[in-house]
Amino acid sequence: MSTCEFVTFHIADQLFGLGVTEIHDVFRPARMTPVPLSGSEIAGVLNIRGRIVTAIDAHSRLGLRQRENSTNDKSLAIGVEYGGESFGMLIDEIGDVVRLDDGDKEQNPVNLDATWSRVSRGVYRLEGRLLIIMDIDRMLDGGGGAERAAA
Amino acid sequence: MDDLLSEFLTETAESLDVVDVELVRFESNPGDKATLNNIFRLVHTIKGTCGFIGLPRLESIAHAGETLLGKFRDGALPVTPASVTLVLASVDRIKLILAHLAAEQVEPPGDDRDLIAQLERVSQGEAIAPTPKPAPAPVISAPVVVAEVTPGPEAQEGEGRWDGDQGRFLRPGEVSLADLEAAFMNTECPEVQEIKPVVAAVAAVAAVVEHDDEKKGAIGANTIRVNVDVLESLMTMVSELVLTRNQLMQILRNSVDSEFKAPLQRLSGVTAELQEAVMKTRMQPIGSAWKKLPRIVRDASQDLGKKIDLQMEGENTELDRQVLELIKDPLTHMIRNSCDHGVETTEQRIAAGKSETGVIKLRAYHEGGHIIIEVSDDGAGLNTDRIRQKAVEKGVIDATEAMAMTDPQIHRLVFAPGFSTAAKVTNMSGRGVGMDVVKTNVEQIGGTIDLRSSFGAGSTFIIKIPLTLAIISALIVGVEDHRFALPQLSVIELVRAGRRSEHRIEMINTTRVLRLRDRMLPLVALSDVLGLMVDDGSNDRSACIVVMQVGETRFGLIVDEVFDTEEIVVKPLSKRLGSMSEYSGATILGDGSVIMILDPNGISRSIANVERTVSRLLDEQTRAAAAARAAQETQTRISMLLFTAGGSEPRACPLSLVTRLEEIDASTFEMTSRGLVVQYRGRLMPLASGGGAIRREGRQPMLVFSQGTLAVGLAVDSILDIVEDLLDFQLTDQAPGVLGTAVLKGRSTEIIDVSHYLGQAEPAWASAAVQLDVRANRKRILLIESHPFFRNLLAPMVSAAGYDVTVASGLEEARARLAAGATFDVVLADADGAVITEVEGAQVIQMSSRRDGDAVPKSDRHALLDAIQRAIHRGEAA
Repeated sequence: MSTCEFVTFHIADQLFGLGVTEIHDVFRPARMTPVPLSGSEIAGVLNIRGRIVTAIDAHSRLGLRQRENSTNDKSLAIGVEYGGESFGMLIDEIGDVVRLDDGDKEQNPVNLDATWSRVSRGVYRLEGRLLIIMDIDRMLDGGGGAERAAA
Repeated sequence: MDDLLSEFLTETAESLDVVDVELVRFESNPGDKATLNNIFRLVHTIKGTCGFIGLPRLESIAHAGETLLGKFRDGALPVTPASVTLVLASVDRIKLILAHLAAEQVEPPGDDRDLIAQLERVSQGEAIAPTPKPAPAPVISAPVVVAEVTPGPEAQEGEGRWDGDQGRFLRPGEVSLADLEAAFMNTECPEVQEIKPVVAAVAAVAAVVEHDDEKKGAIGANTIRVNVDVLESLMTMVSELVLTRNQLMQILRNSVDSEFKAPLQRLSGVTAELQEAVMKTRMQPIGSAWKKLPRIVRDASQDLGKKIDLQMEGENTELDRQVLELIKDPLTHMIRNSCDHGVETTEQRIAAGKSETGVIKLRAYHEGGHIIIEVSDDGAGLNTDRIRQKAVEKGVIDATEAMAMTDPQIHRLVFAPGFSTAAKVTNMSGRGVGMDVVKTNVEQIGGTIDLRSSFGAGSTFIIKIPLTLAIISALIVGVEDHRFALPQLSVIELVRAGRRSEHRIEMINTTRVLRLRDRMLPLVALSDVLGLMVDDGSNDRSACIVVMQVGETRFGLIVDEVFDTEEIVVKPLSKRLGSMSEYSGATILGDGSVIMILDPNGISRSIANVERTVSRLLDEQTRAAAAARAAQETQTRISMLLFTAGGSEPRACPLSLVTRLEEIDASTFEMTSRGLVVQYRGRLMPLASGGGAIRREGRQPMLVFSQGTLAVGLAVDSILDIVEDLLDFQLTDQAPGVLGTAVLKGRSTEIIDVSHYLGQAEPAWASAAVQLDVRANRKRILLIESHPFFRNLLAPMVSAAGYDVTVASGLEEARARLAAGATFDVVLADADGAVITEVEGAQVIQMSSRRDGDAVPKSDRHALLDAIQRAIHRGEAA
């Protein structure tokens, strides 16, 4: 049985997971510059070791209520690479690394919100909680609704 | 992909580009042996390499082409356009096959019998069917192909003898291996070497990567190939180094003397040099973007049946590699445009008195941190009226605007989106794309494009592109808590406006404007552009205004604070942010924080509407009682003298023409053979009637006009008033003596033609040779003005200011005077008519009756005299 290692994290109260190989790093976003008119999904831009990293507000992307203190000292971000560019997805809490069997992965529950099921690759049932495996590509691709087209 | 294959593809592609250019050059100069040898050698090498690598299809075509070229070289075949077209066609075919090779790593299936058969036929001296003269409109791609499409039976098999050794038929021009060996055997030579097939032997030499010393070409022997990605990463690292250096220098500035200072200074210098050197690696001569153009022009001129010559100047002007890529397509498009629409057919040109061959000129040069590229043709130029019409039809502008726009403004409409007739195609390959895409492409790299055109004479497009992309100077501004960077290039000046400063923000309707040195500048708040919430009452607060210019739009950006100017590295935005028009990138400042770089183009677009509204409102304000039509936009009023003469209807003349108002005792008038005269201020002054009879007794009201030593008195019945009004002038050609009518003080008033009356009394008035006291320091002004009204208005005005004025009623007269040896210090040129921009030894000032760009308004006495003074200073300083 093949297994996969996932890094788990919380966004709002939901537990998500990403494959360890998909994550570049986890960091504390400092001095984020907001980008006016960029839409609510883009939290801003950051400087990480000389590279411009685009910060994605996962709450907004998932259609959740905006966090009150978006520049909280305690906030964390998961750094990923996508399309040759660096992104940081803002999360609420980082969890453990778990190793799970591929066979245990289940399909999305039918009553899962449309936006969520689009970014979900499947779920695992852990003791009493649901772990959603996130499709990072789809997550970073953008919902499209909040973005502005070129003038 | 196989290394050998990919090397081959790169090299062959380069060689083919050279062959293209050389062939076109050779065609217009068939005696040029050096070029022909070069072409022959290149094709020969290609053939050899193909054989070596095992690309039979390519090898066959190359061989056939080489044979034909060989005939040219031996003089056995005349060089005709048809045969050169054929060679070019084979080059194209090779390119096609190469493309397939690059994608699939194998040659495409099929063969090229048709092409090869033609090539062989021509080599053997058979004439190609004469190319039918193409009709002006339809485009025929290869006139040669008309007759020779189906190859005759002899081309199928057995075109030559069968060579058992090579296992194939011999191509024309080839000898069999057996024959070759025999020939070798029979010649006396010390050694008889094993002969491999000729093809392979040559190929072995050709496959060597280093260039032969023999090979002439643009590439010298001191170059190496470097992968582009390596250069890119080198560039990025150097940029980071520069930033870090900047950070260090900033820290250094704030600290007291430390042992770090000296080494850091040294580091800073070395970094700057490194930066320069790396920038240089990105620089390439623009000639490489022009390589394909001679061929395109040649083909277009053949297809369209026009004679077009492409001249290139400044091929060695260097620019950034990235920019080069981006302008290739726009340039191609513009050249094609010039060929299609600019240059006329031979008949049209001859009918217009031009030379048979149209000339398209490409010019590139550096100027102040930019590279300027000019594409000009001496063709038909732009038809302003048609453009105006078309623009109104397409709804790009409305009819009122259309009438108010000057010719250059109408010309620039060709850049407007929605103007082009073709459907939008985003992949620019010269097909069906409009000039608006060209403009967008140019502006995306931070450049500008403008055009000048003269109907009947030709058009010129001017592209201006900044030399460096990566590091720019930027002004850091702040609004609310945010900081942004504005590219320095688009910033003209900074103004502080507010209650305590001399500049004030005014409101027109709901739009904020700033009156800056007699110009109304539309304002936009950066906070509004970015949708940031700001507490209002901003009109009272002191505000910083950044005056910016983007293309022709000038506007002011209201910000809270202006920090300083910094050199920043432009970092591209993520694709998700890249589509936003407000930002053109981001950068990391010395303190490590990221700030967004604003895109002036994006901002100006959002206020383009504002500017139009402001202009419109201004027009309405200043035009007052005049009906809304295409009137001159002028803000100065003209003083007019109202009088009656020979009737009760008021008549008028410009007050500035009148030297003096007099009432003279009519009994002092004396009759001479020329008419009535009076002794006036020590001279005899002839009298003319303004309409009625001249009194012989009593007091005669009189307008005295003088110019230099000439003076004439115009007798009038009574002087009514002096009014200052905007001259709403309507031309009529009525009786002599009347220039037209205008509405003054609500009444329709005849404006008299002063020169008519004065000419009657004093014939010397008509010729404008002014005799003045010759004082060495009087400056000479040449006034070129076709309109009598303005002539009479301006000449005395300028003369009264102390200048020596010569008047010419048009270009012809002006040229005649200049040719006759007259010299001038300043030339006042009428920009409404034919434009004269340069006069040897003189400063030229453009005047216009409308408010038109840089031209001085004719009615603005103050501005004119000002301009003359400045021109004189310039002339003296030169």
